[in-house]
Amino acid sequence: MILESLRRVLEANALITAFMFVGALVWLSYLISAKLTRGHVHGSAIAIALGLVLAWYGGLATGGSRGLSDVPLLAGVGVMGGAMFRDFAIVATAFGADIRALKRAGLVGAFSIVIGVVLSFVIGGIVAVSFGYTDPIAVTTIGAGAATYIVGPVTGTALGAGTDVIALSVAAGLTKSVLVMIGTPFVAPRIGLNNPHSALIYGGLMGTTSGVAGGLAATDPKLVPYGAMTATFYTGMGCLLAPSVLYLGVRAIL
Amino acid sequence: MVIYGVGLLSFCMLVGMLVGDLLGVVIGVEANVGGVGIAMILLLVLSNLGSREAALSPITERGVGFWSAMYIPIVVAMAARQNVAAALSGGWMAIIAGVAAVAASFALIPVLARFGQGGHNDS
Repeated sequence: MILESLRRVLEANALITAFMFVGALVWLSYLISAKLTRGHVHGSAIAIALGLVLAWYGGLATGGSRGLSDVPLLAGVGVMGGAMFRDFAIVATAFGADIRALKRAGLVGAFSIVIGVVLSFVIGGIVAVSFGYTDPIAVTTIGAGAATYIVGPVTGTALGAGTDVIALSVAAGLTKSVLVMIGTPFVAPRIGLNNPHSALIYGGLMGTTSGVAGGLAATDPKLVPYGAMTATFYTGMGCLLAPSVLYLGVRAIL
Repeated sequence: MVIYGVGLLSFCMLVGMLVGDLLGVVIGVEANVGGVGIAMILLLVLSNLGSREAALSPITERGVGFWSAMYIPIVVAMAARQNVAAALSGGWMAIIAGVAAVAASFALIPVLARFGQGGHNDS
């Protein structure tokens, strides 16, 4: 009876349940960071990694597509971590950002977005070709998926690709996003990702909003506004370039 | 009041999203083009208008600061709702395409960063 009431209360107040759950998860992660890694691995990096593991478990357990939030008790995590709150918090981080750093990197930031889209697209396309795909539409869709998991399906739908190819492009984009979240804090020292300038370029090259948001949170939250600023233009640029210029390029080559 | 800060933040986000959506329609792509970025610039401009009367009071700032501080927990929730299972079940081609794209992009960051910095050093 008590369990039944508890379940009812937690499910009826889903978003509040999510706040409590994430609070506990972050607390546990900082504890692990301090005790097990002696502060070497940042607490937020551990929290994000634990979140991804739980998402993987949630997907396996429920067969749904929204990770842990498909577990009925934790549906609120889906609201809390959805695009609405994510974008709201990202915009809030701009408060106190250095306008001069943004202005100074304006041109190279814009440049990095175009390079980022083309680079990921070309590499995704090459991988597709090396796995035996020769149809220009399939190669373009998979290349677009390597940009972000939104560019892939948008491009595939525009060109009339098959659902199996579109699913592959989404998987490639998801892999990218997950890897950027986990990998960024580890490669940050080696690639000089420690100032607003390189964060702007990082956002433009990576482009995946979730990946950049998670990667910078785990590396240095002060860099978030700069990376997010350029990343937010990436998906639009990808949706613009992939089904048009890049598709024509692929068709000319294959 | 705290709600002034939250209201200002919401106003900036909605205006940014609207402009981003219209940009997408104008360019002809099915995506919001830079909505978050435009919202950030708007927030920066509005909160730095400069004149002393227009400056935000500390309590108003707390309305924005709270959401800024909630950023990491929200990102943790975002991680927990990713479709990780689908990413891992997409097969080797999808994984290799994703990994290769990330590796190449990481490698290019120092190159572009040096390029744009132009010998000018700030730390």
